[in-house]
Amino acid sequence: MTSLAVTGDAFVAPADTATEAPGTLTASQSTAEASIFYVLDEHPHPAGYSTMLGFWLYIMSDCLLFSVLFATYGVLGGNYAAGPSPKDLFDLPLVAVNTSMLLLSSITYGFAMLAMQDNRVGRTQMWLAVTAFFGLCFIGIELYEFADFIRQGATPQRSAFLSSFFTLVGTHGLHVTTGLVWMATLMVQVGQRGLIEANRRRLMCLSMFWHFLDVVWIGVFTFVYLMGMLR
Amino acid sequence: MFENNATILKFIFGRLSLDSFPFHEPILVATFVAVAIGGTAVLGALTYFHLWGYLWREWFTSIDHKRIGIMYMVLGIIMLLRGFADALMMRAQQATAFGGSDGFLPADHYDQVFTAHGVIMIFFVAMPMIVGLINIVVPLQIGARDVSFPFLNNFSFWMTVAGAVIVMISLFVGVFARTGWLAYPPLSEYAYSPDVGVDYYIWGLQVAGLGTLLSGVNFVCTIVKLRAPGMTIMKMPIFTWTALCTNILIVAAFPVLTAVLALLTLDRYVGTDFFTNDFGGNPMMYVNLIWIWGHPEVYILILPAFGVFSEVTSTFCGKRLFGYTSMVYATVVITILSYLVWLHHFFTMGSGASVNSFFGITTMIISIPTGAKMFNWLFTMYRGRIRFELPMMWTIAFMITFVIGGMTGVLLAVPPADFELHNSLFLIAHFHNVIIGGVLFGMFAGINYWFPKSFGFRLDPFWGKLSFWFWVTGFYFAFMPLYVLGLMGVTRRLRVFDIPSLHIWFIIAAFGALLIAAGIGCFLIQIGVSVLKREELRDTTGDPWNGRTLEWSTSSPPPAYNFAFTPIVYGIDAWWDMKERGYHRPLTGFKPIAMPRNTPVGIILAGLCVAFAFGMIWYMWWLAALSFVAALTVGIAHTFNYKREYDLPVDDIARAESERTRLLGAQA
Repeated sequence: MTSLAVTGDAFVAPADTATEAPGTLTASQSTAEASIFYVLDEHPHPAGYSTMLGFWLYIMSDCLLFSVLFATYGVLGGNYAAGPSPKDLFDLPLVAVNTSMLLLSSITYGFAMLAMQDNRVGRTQMWLAVTAFFGLCFIGIELYEFADFIRQGATPQRSAFLSSFFTLVGTHGLHVTTGLVWMATLMVQVGQRGLIEANRRRLMCLSMFWHFLDVVWIGVFTFVYLMGMLR
Repeated sequence: MFENNATILKFIFGRLSLDSFPFHEPILVATFVAVAIGGTAVLGALTYFHLWGYLWREWFTSIDHKRIGIMYMVLGIIMLLRGFADALMMRAQQATAFGGSDGFLPADHYDQVFTAHGVIMIFFVAMPMIVGLINIVVPLQIGARDVSFPFLNNFSFWMTVAGAVIVMISLFVGVFARTGWLAYPPLSEYAYSPDVGVDYYIWGLQVAGLGTLLSGVNFVCTIVKLRAPGMTIMKMPIFTWTALCTNILIVAAFPVLTAVLALLTLDRYVGTDFFTNDFGGNPMMYVNLIWIWGHPEVYILILPAFGVFSEVTSTFCGKRLFGYTSMVYATVVITILSYLVWLHHFFTMGSGASVNSFFGITTMIISIPTGAKMFNWLFTMYRGRIRFELPMMWTIAFMITFVIGGMTGVLLAVPPADFELHNSLFLIAHFHNVIIGGVLFGMFAGINYWFPKSFGFRLDPFWGKLSFWFWVTGFYFAFMPLYVLGLMGVTRRLRVFDIPSLHIWFIIAAFGALLIAAGIGCFLIQIGVSVLKREELRDTTGDPWNGRTLEWSTSSPPPAYNFAFTPIVYGIDAWWDMKERGYHRPLTGFKPIAMPRNTPVGIILAGLCVAFAFGMIWYMWWLAALSFVAALTVGIAHTFNYKREYDLPVDDIARAESERTRLLGAQA
């Protein structure tokens, strides 16, 4: 009884309230359905019930990370420090090829998802492999571009413009690389266990991630490359 | 041959050498000896009583939100001792460095102390306590059995610990940053701070920040998706509302911190030119970005404290919270406005009258929803039967103290006044006024309020009251003098003074710090005494305060599965409603409950992150590379584990529930 000492002075103890309460009900409160206070026949949430929302939230946070990098590029992107400017460096046809690699990879990922919906394991893996191939091409071309800049002396250390350029584009590239590692992992897991519920959920998450990177790249292409050439 | 050895040593140890250990600093050596003896004693005791296995199985690998929450609180309390030790040293230094005396702290050490104090208090005291309280309370309040992503929760906790460990290592291995708690460039650039201090800062915050971000995602999902049936968004308990807003702020603010620290990292490690003075860099970009995170951060801290005060006020006044809807809107408005005020931290940047006016006005507008909250609490108390238990005492102390802090805040929001008071002790007094008077008092209210829920017995009120009075009077003694000094133009972070008339104020402030030390001491004694007197303080009802929200409908401590049957909610104070209308606890018909399995992956990954950070800080590239690859491998391997859950058998549930029935029956 000691534990009630604290509430006992001016108040009715909760256990008593519970037994006496029916007499104190008001008319509006005593409706029949309102007296059920527990779910007796419960159907628990399926596994992964919150995963899609959680992944969306993660994507939003990643989006903010990119927006900081875009903002930094916006502020510092014109500070060439007497070094090379976008016009001196950017090779638009190359970037156009690169962009098409990434866009194609998004389409092929879509095909992988269609195959997944048809429950065809082999086809899903095949399209994932095609997607990974385009992703690898994208990374390869980007690395070639970076190497080319650095060979010309346009290193990340050269000016604030180049620092923010390499960081923004490089962070996107790093994300694509992460996506590729993830894709390889998922191809193995789909091979091992087939298109079970958990694997479908994972493929959906990677799909969102992959398309998100596409959207970011469209921002990069427009904001950095196209507008850079107009500066 | 010798040269070859040096190369090998450099490869293995990077820039770590015997000189990196602070043997020349008597204070640090003494601290190290004390920590070593204390640490050995604790570890020895754990081994002697065979507690390692228990801790590992039941706590470290646990993914039960209640246990993770308790571990967060323990982390916060331990780090409070470190952060407060720094505070005592600063107060002692400033009280003694007068009349030609240099005080006892050399400049090099003093600068580390004030930096570490700020970083530790915000990131490793306030944040863990906030997240800990959210962990313990929110799933219970919404009638859920756990969070959306239980493993992620454990991982987030260990990442926070890893960040704290990285910062603590700097005490004895190398140095910490001497830049102030936000590490403004160009001072924090490699050119001006080439040693490991800023690197400790960066990696400690990156690792902990990742944990916080993931925890934010987790709790937004939990609150959005896992509420009990009937609990519509406007029937959520107020603490859950503030937790939702705080976690949205976390998701929307911490990526900015991650990004801006990454840019500073690149400047320091790669030699880029983001925040340098030359090659087109712009240090003010850093200041803008860090405050775009930093200002929401202060609301991340204060909103849950507001939630605690709301719960406490309505419980201890025996009334429904006055103006629930306005409280919710006030919280949401503060959440949004917190993104529109960051520039008030640097009105002196020189962005012009229009920009400064905009940010000055948005800042002042925040006081409106905050004032509305204050009136809501007052009107809840009005004609309520107030029980002056400890949580309520902390709440009243908060209301008085926070109003003072709020008023000085509005004063600082006026740009011309800010030009005078910027960077002065007035500012220091202001933010300690709102962070101690708001966040910390809120945490103490919360600890006293929910402790019986977590452990099954109440905290001892005598030592609690002693702690309360020491804290509150200590706070006023410690910080009111700083307002005076700030108005007289004393700037922050000074180490020595040569104006004798200022001396008395610093002595009063130091006295206040000693009172606070007594308050912390009494708090620790309070916990110890309560553990010893636990049978006397035992709560067998699960509802020691005559509470109003669902967490009080469970036993104390709640079973691992929280609710054998998910409750159905009809109103704002769901548990009060159930008590009023005569609920019946179902005693039969249990079903097996799917529970998440414990896993050591979180603690392993966090340990690898510490190794990675240590490698990066000391340029031990092999260690960084190795631990990075290891972390990646462990992370990927974890995804191959598809069996994350098990079914808790009906027998176990029936046993726990009948024990609860027995205890409740013994009450009647």
